[in-house]
Amino acid sequence: MAMLLLLRHDRRAALAALLVVAILLAALPFLVNLGLGKTWVRILDFTLLYVMLALGLNIVVGYAGLLDLGYIAFYAVGAYLYALLASPHFGLHLPFWALLPLGALLAGLFGMLLGAPTLKLRGDYLAIVTLGFGEIIRIFLNNLNAPVNITNGPQGVNLIDPVAIAGHSFGQTWSVLGFSVPGLYLYYYLFLALTLGVIAVSIRLQDSRIGRAWVAIREDEVAAEAMGINARNIKLLAFAMGAAFGGVAGGLFAGFQGFISPESFNLMESIMILCMVVLGGMGNIPGVILGAVLLTMLPEALRYVGPLEQALFGRVVVDPADLRMLLFGLALVAVMLFRPAGLLPSTRRRREFDSSEAVLAQEQASVYDAHK
Amino acid sequence: MDIFTQQLINGLVLGSVYALVALGYTMVYGILELINFAHGEVVMIGAMVALAVINALLGAGVDLPGLVIASLGLLAAIPVCALLGFSIERIAYRPLRKAPRLAPLITAIGVSIVLQNVAMMVWGKQYISFPAILPATRHQVGGATVTDLQLFIFLLSCTVMAALWLLVQKTRLGRAMRATAQSPEVAGLMGVNVNTVISITFILGAVLGAVAGVMVSAYYGLAHYYMGFMLGLKAFTAAVLGGIGNIAGAMLGGLLLGVIESLGAGYIGDLSGGFLGSNYQDVFAFLVLILVLTLRPSGLLGERVAERA
Repeated sequence: MAMLLLLRHDRRAALAALLVVAILLAALPFLVNLGLGKTWVRILDFTLLYVMLALGLNIVVGYAGLLDLGYIAFYAVGAYLYALLASPHFGLHLPFWALLPLGALLAGLFGMLLGAPTLKLRGDYLAIVTLGFGEIIRIFLNNLNAPVNITNGPQGVNLIDPVAIAGHSFGQTWSVLGFSVPGLYLYYYLFLALTLGVIAVSIRLQDSRIGRAWVAIREDEVAAEAMGINARNIKLLAFAMGAAFGGVAGGLFAGFQGFISPESFNLMESIMILCMVVLGGMGNIPGVILGAVLLTMLPEALRYVGPLEQALFGRVVVDPADLRMLLFGLALVAVMLFRPAGLLPSTRRRREFDSSEAVLAQEQASVYDAHK
Repeated sequence: MDIFTQQLINGLVLGSVYALVALGYTMVYGILELINFAHGEVVMIGAMVALAVINALLGAGVDLPGLVIASLGLLAAIPVCALLGFSIERIAYRPLRKAPRLAPLITAIGVSIVLQNVAMMVWGKQYISFPAILPATRHQVGGATVTDLQLFIFLLSCTVMAALWLLVQKTRLGRAMRATAQSPEVAGLMGVNVNTVISITFILGAVLGAVAGVMVSAYYGLAHYYMGFMLGLKAFTAAVLGGIGNIAGAMLGGLLLGVIESLGAGYIGDLSGGFLGSNYQDVFAFLVLILVLTLRPSGLLGERVAERA
């Protein structure tokens, strides 16, 4: 904490710290490759994608307080747009820089489409409608291969063009000044840049007029409307912005993976992203990032349970593949039990939580007094 | 007309199972305003335990009528599920009662993942088939076929639901439950032990879930460690359709969803001129849900919740 205060007041220390973080982030894929191998560089790329998704959902759930259980649908929309317009499926090969904004736009439109009929709904009713919306999108993707083949059904779309910048495909290793950088690393830098962009937008939104309007309708919609906030527009905006982030992440996913199918966009994925947001600390950007990083890496790290068992007991007692998700579920429960407001709650939320505890303590104390 | 009657009957049978599961969601929601996401898994465990007992009895060569063996399986599943429902509330929800609203949702998801994986480790990843021990006589009703099993499922569901209705409306415990749903604080002041009532609600929901689980696995002839997820989703949809927190709403919503699904699956091809196949039946259910909620934001029988004062 003292360190943070120091950074806030000392410009030069802050600059130095920023430099160190920048160098660390730039060197991360190389370090990870050295220490853990290529698989983990890939996991790193996926982590960045999930950070983007979680930050997008954070706008809807964290800022505006609208519980969305179908968020993965926007990721799917972005991914399918990219896949259909840059693969041999239709023979179209549009460039990546045109597809990303298009994906954001289309996903944003779908966000409004979802938002419009649900404006009147509250809390859990909204949750089930968004869930239904997500399922509808997935079922359509799964079945739109007949009578006209649009999405290629359950087989998914294959051979999607990798991202290419200035004529250089990210699918190949890039040699610069005798220094070769594999495609995985290039994706890392691209995702990192976009993630930083998403973080910047999130921070700016949070402190903006719009961000404050979101918080206001989250806390009390009636009072917010009385203060002159157009609740309808501001909610639609939250859905559209969140969805647009999801669309961008989806496009990147399609280019990165080279293959997508409806299976990647099921309800469990939506739930996972929601877990990232809530577990990390809703509405708090560092918290959401931490949640996304933890929940993406934890299941991967738990793959090492097998060798660990081998070392501890001399044999594999339980199949690690089975144990992995079990431990993951236990971790979800444990974290929420010990930190109900999330790992890094936003200051506002922490204050609310603490104050309700304080009020409770006071009430109990007064009841106790009455007994005496 | 034949197809219509047939689909209607199938829908009612399926819907009565949805209704039983939906009751588990709605009772908990009515009291705690919490979506018990782990409920679908309780239903799955009920089906699995019952099947394990039934298969063990058959394996041991016990010579009893099929209905008795199936009932023994159900009787074994009920206490297991009751204990499970009770423990889930104790471990995952009670410590978080004063926490932010989404915290118990995450623990519910965690519990659900744990239960699924435990079931997978105990009973394996493959489908377990329900042995054909129940009588499968067919009856002709107005050009449609009804099996004994369908009739039995429908009647048992209706009996259980009627019993629950009486319990909630007529008994002292039911009154305590309704009071707690209205206001836990005031109910507590009136001498209702709120924690006991909540525990009993979870146990009741889990018992209904066990019954539903056994029936659904008998109906489809299958059980699988992942079956609870989709069933829970449908039942939750049914509960919301009827107005969540409302017991009659859950029953109505369940039956309605079952009928909509079967009729939708039967007619969607004709309605869309062969463009959409029966694989769109889930879309149909969700579309109806969205439509109903757009017109009636708090479900069919849900009370209009006043804007927060």
